[in-house]
Amino acid sequence: MMKMLVPLAAVIVLIIVSLAGVEAAGLEAVFGIVIPYLAFIIFVAGMIWRVIDWGKSPVPFRIPTTCGQQQSLPWIKQDKLENPSTCTQTFARMILEVFFFRSLFRNLKTELHDGKVVYGSDKWLWLFAIVFHYSFLVVFIRHIRFFVGDVPDVIHILEALDSFFQVGVPLVYITGLTLTAGVLFLFLRRIVIPQVRYISLPADYFPLFLIFAIAITGILMRYFTKVDVVAVKNLTMGLVTLNPQIPQGIGSIFYVHLFLVCTLFIYFPFSKLVHMGGVFLSPTRNLANNSRMERHVNPWNYPVKVHSYEEYEHEFKDKMKKAGIPVEKE
Amino acid sequence: MAKFTKKPKDLIADIDYSKTPSTDWMDTPVEFKEHTFCWGAKGKNLEIVGFPNARDWSPAEEDWKLPHDWENTVMDAIKDRLSKYRSFKLFMDICVRCGACADKCHFYIGSGDPKNMPVLRAELFRSIYRRYFTAPGRIFGRLAGARELTLQVLKEWWYYFYQCTECRRCSVFCPYGIDTAEITMMVREFTNLLGLNTDWISGPVANCYIKGNHLGLEPHTIKSSIEFFLDDIETITGIRIEPSFNRKGAEILFVTPSGDLFADPGTYTCMGYLMLFHELGLDYTWSTYASEGGNFGFFTSNEMAKRLNYKIYAEAKRLGVKFIIGGECGHMWRVIHQYMDTWNGPADFLEVPKSPITGTVFENAKTTKMIHITEFTADLIRNNKLKLDPSRNDNLIVTYHDSCNTSRGMGLLEEPRYIIKNVCNHFYEMPEDTIREKTFCCGSGTGLNAGENMELRMRGGLPRAMAVKYVKEKYGVNMLANVCAIDRATLSTLMDYYNPGVRVTGVHELVANALVMKGEKPRETNLRQEPLPGKEGA
Amino acid sequence: MYDSGKIIIGIGIFLLFVAFPFYYTAIGKPVVKPDPRIDTPAIQAMEKKQCVESKNAMKTLHMQMLNDWRDAVVRDGQRFYVATDGKTYNMSLQNTCMHCHSNKKKFCDECHNYMAVKPYCWDCHIEPKEGA
Repeated sequence: MMKMLVPLAAVIVLIIVSLAGVEAAGLEAVFGIVIPYLAFIIFVAGMIWRVIDWGKSPVPFRIPTTCGQQQSLPWIKQDKLENPSTCTQTFARMILEVFFFRSLFRNLKTELHDGKVVYGSDKWLWLFAIVFHYSFLVVFIRHIRFFVGDVPDVIHILEALDSFFQVGVPLVYITGLTLTAGVLFLFLRRIVIPQVRYISLPADYFPLFLIFAIAITGILMRYFTKVDVVAVKNLTMGLVTLNPQIPQGIGSIFYVHLFLVCTLFIYFPFSKLVHMGGVFLSPTRNLANNSRMERHVNPWNYPVKVHSYEEYEHEFKDKMKKAGIPVEKE
Repeated sequence: MAKFTKKPKDLIADIDYSKTPSTDWMDTPVEFKEHTFCWGAKGKNLEIVGFPNARDWSPAEEDWKLPHDWENTVMDAIKDRLSKYRSFKLFMDICVRCGACADKCHFYIGSGDPKNMPVLRAELFRSIYRRYFTAPGRIFGRLAGARELTLQVLKEWWYYFYQCTECRRCSVFCPYGIDTAEITMMVREFTNLLGLNTDWISGPVANCYIKGNHLGLEPHTIKSSIEFFLDDIETITGIRIEPSFNRKGAEILFVTPSGDLFADPGTYTCMGYLMLFHELGLDYTWSTYASEGGNFGFFTSNEMAKRLNYKIYAEAKRLGVKFIIGGECGHMWRVIHQYMDTWNGPADFLEVPKSPITGTVFENAKTTKMIHITEFTADLIRNNKLKLDPSRNDNLIVTYHDSCNTSRGMGLLEEPRYIIKNVCNHFYEMPEDTIREKTFCCGSGTGLNAGENMELRMRGGLPRAMAVKYVKEKYGVNMLANVCAIDRATLSTLMDYYNPGVRVTGVHELVANALVMKGEKPRETNLRQEPLPGKEGA
Repeated sequence: MYDSGKIIIGIGIFLLFVAFPFYYTAIGKPVVKPDPRIDTPAIQAMEKKQCVESKNAMKTLHMQMLNDWRDAVVRDGQRFYVATDGKTYNMSLQNTCMHCHSNKKKFCDECHNYMAVKPYCWDCHIEPKEGA
């Protein structure tokens, strides 16, 4: 229970801090300029440092997890996506992993019924993982309209698709709702499934609560409490053009939203969220299964103590000769 | 210790996936339950290979006779391995604990013990990594999922990382490909630096280092074992085979796990190799020095595995062969396929394998220069080089068990199936979620095939046994084929426990039964000297 | 095997993605803050320059008001709106709003373009013809 309460309390504290900072202490410049710049720098530098740090450790052996037929005899059909043997095939496998969560799609549910183990397809985690991640991506990209002067057409197309149902004013964005639903599902399965609840750490709840709070403050701003969006864009464009300013009359909820987002950015490189970069580097997925075809070199390979044939023959020579097994030295 | 007597029904009744301990896993101490762990390594075996802290010890006793500064040894080793293995480092950082792996582990399925969920098995170690190697872990401690390294933690590691068979099934389902085998290998390395291996692993390692094979068969014993098979083959076929040993100038070196020389039903597989090679007139030799395909060193440390594996290329070079054929074995092929060339290559003294019978060039082995015997045999059958009478196997209703390592560390799926379908008339697959890349471990891999941990083995083997039970009940399956020496030994025990009446065979035993040899007498029996179908009355 | 080349390319793509606003704005057209004009003859002629509701309310809620007006007129046949200050207005975009704000380009479009929003008012209504 504490595992859940501590991160929940942390998010509430973050909200209070930003509210108090803006409303009581008048620290708009801190929450609107200093922290966003810091967060951006920490996020970008932190992620790059993370990836370089992983990259500094070599991949000594070629260890792909093969999930299909290998390339062997020409008349045996190779499973090129699940067991790639070339660079292109491996690239395709990675596309499936990164963009379609291929491995998660395999998910099964194992249950015991009347003393028998049974397996059933279980795609819910995959579905909500896809919904959550893609919603987040679209929401993230949509926000570009606050950060560029001349918004590219692709963003307009994305927005048009996202508000396809043309419900409400301003038009309801589908991804705002699906992002929230995704977070809720990921949270609920953590508390409902006993195994998952048992393995969950505060570090698993915190990002869920944080993202939930970000989504809710965003939705509140757009549809309910309202803020002066032109003033908001004046602020964000000030950041982008390195000419920061604090326009008057932006509602406090905006600063709460922004502060939570900044927290997520700062938290990102130091948490499990680094899976965003890590998924590309996983040696069980991003290597071609060609280790008998092409030599893989281990940069730290070193000579080891072995028991040589000479020693072996020396120890067993008599027995070998007696048994008629040829020896080197008579 | 009392004999393991628990009935399958009672064993299954213990399992409840919805139940988790009332205490958090960090507050639930490890309990060494009878029949679930192996005996400790013997000092003399550790000494032979120069492993540290060589002494006799017992995991069941309170005092593990550890070196006084064991914590530092572990810390230094963790740091070192993090800098050497990207897999290890990455898998420490990117797990999101989604739990997709949880019910994919055969040990979890068979025990319901949450610490057997791959994610939690990894967390047993990850919690230490966080505490000593990450800033959040150092600052926030338990809140960040970190904990101190204590003797209790070390014991917990030992108990649970010797309950993982490095089968990689979890890695198939993980959205980031996190492979618990990589983590198990590392933690096992750390335990080996403290002299904490099992007797069942360190004994074979010492044997293999000095004598060339896990069983410790000396050169003359290898020869006499094989001669014993030759007598049986002569009885069955009327043909006397004369293989060669350590022969220089042979075209091919043949290496197979020594288990095939020792115990049924592996011995029949070995007879199968001998008969096939004789029928082809293959110019090949056995080696008494490189007399082990398997590699129990792989279950201790990377370095030890390399030291044992060294012999294969060294012997191929000494004998001047052109290429190598490897027998039916699971983890042997993980090592050959993904490690050997990197460790002990380049094998530039060998040639790209080319079947002397069909002329097929094995491009897929053009640098390692070693091919799997089912690749070799499948090619023979495809090119009609073998005269086969599958009806001799008509009393067998066969299913096929993919080895973890050949399926998930190589992708050898169709070759053995193609062979089986050509030498047997009755072949049925187990349910699709239990075969190919989703295959289940026999429950006794990575050196867990001892006797004292029988409950663990039967629990780990539960999913495989259940899948066999399914095809046994549906199709009357009575023979479980595989390409793994450990499987041949352990699945027999597993079948006797859960599915009495189902027997275990290597693929090449089936091949040799069906193989019509030149000049053979009319066969009355199969390799097990049981009457062939239709000859029962004879 | 480090694959440093591939890692550097990956980091490059990441940077291109996250730094997009900075370079896109730097190389694009200069950003001009919106300056909606209320200097139309109709507004000039007003004694008290007051919209239907207060300036702040109009700023953040005009889209909802227009939506409500449309629903009231088109669906309910209800034509009159009583404002907070008690005044009654004819609910009509063309005849009420655009009567004063006859400068769509200099008024509506200023902010809408800046915020990159495209209201669908003019999908049905005929866009007012403005002199140059």
